Amino acid sequence: MAGDKYSVLLPTYNERENLPIIVWLLVRYFTESGYDYEIIVIDDGSPDGTLEVAKQLEKIYGKDRIVLRPREKKLGLGTAYIHGIKHAKGNFVIIMDADLSHHPKFIPEFIKKQKEGNYDVVSGTRYIGNGGVYGWDFKRKLISRTANYITQILLQPGASDLTGSFRLYRKDVLEKLVKACVSKGYVFQMEMIVRARQFGFSIGEVPISFVDRVYGESKLGGSEIFMFLKGLLYLFATT
Amino acid sequence: MIPKLFQWLIVLSVFISVWVAIVFDYVAVEFSKSNKQTIVLFPFYLLVVFACYSLAVIGYRVATFNDCKEASEELKKQILEAKEDLKSRGFKFD
Ligand SMILES: Nc1nc2c(ncn2[C@@H]2O[C@H](COP(=O)(O)OP(=O)(O)OP(=O)(O)O)[C@@H](O)[C@H]2O)c(=O)[nH]1
Ligand SMILES: [Mg+2]
Repeated sequence: MAGDKYSVLLPTYNERENLPIIVWLLVRYFTESGYDYEIIVIDDGSPDGTLEVAKQLEKIYGKDRIVLRPREKKLGLGTAYIHGIKHAKGNFVIIMDADLSHHPKFIPEFIKKQKEGNYDVVSGTRYIGNGGVYGWDFKRKLISRTANYITQILLQPGASDLTGSFRLYRKDVLEKLVKACVSKGYVFQMEMIVRARQFGFSIGEVPISFVDRVYGESKLGGSEIFMFLKGLLYLFATT
Repeated sequence: MIPKLFQWLIVLSVFISVWVAIVFDYVAVEFSKSNKQTIVLFPFYLLVVFACYSLAVIGYRVATFNDCKEASEELKKQILEAKEDLKSRGFKFD
């Protein structure tokens, strides 16, 4: 449909090195594919000066393409999305990480998929087709596959990648989901897609390659597995 | 729809009731000794089969998890390209 506009939400915390690259790639792929877009950067007072970088980018690409919606301090991903949606002018919203794990080249594929099936949500997936990962060792692959298998058996969510966070939503659908979801961290992503199915929204999938962050610190720790199990049980009992 | 937990509990309790009914002779159906034995052990067979199936599926999926080497190489090239282009537009890297 003509008149569709896509708002990309980029939450950032200490992504000074990644932000210019991800924005450049977004601009490139949106320009090539010709869809209307805006990039909303939600920086949570990063001490590394991410906001300064964002301001430079705003100057280069213009205020209608790069929209800065910073917050004073680190308030978490979930509320960053809520904050971003409030300012989104598009009728579709794309959520992705700013750390270059999610490549903007897949966005035109997401959009095509959405139009094909008139989906409410299109989710990137590492687990089917040509999807995959880069920079993961055997242990991480094993944990990831096992966690995914258990979740598929218990929740039958109708989507293959639950903890991924590269997705396209209809704006009103995203608003409804964000309000309904209470989890934190990447369990939040899981809750979003499981509740989407619970509410009867349709979900399309596009295989993506996930490349581990090149710059900056990873936050994967032992407590992640504990959080996952807790989140899984919560969703098992409530959806 | 009721939550998945309760769906599982319902199916599980139906299964267990049927099993208990047969094993402890609450139903008036005669089974031969060997059939009875099979029924008694049925839940354990099921568990073993499910465990083997799960291990096989997970093993297969770990082994066939795509390594996207090209994706990483493409990205590395594009990072250089992006830096060049951004510099030419007046972006200051430090
Ligand atoms: N605005 C905001 N952004 C955040 C916050 N925490 C994380 N982010 C951003 O959210 C995205 C995902 O966070 P990551 O740190 O990459 O989390 P992850 O992908 O689970 O873990 P790694 O990539 O392994 O570090 C990145 O773009 C971060 O910069 C936050 O509190 N506020
Ligand atoms: Mg990341």
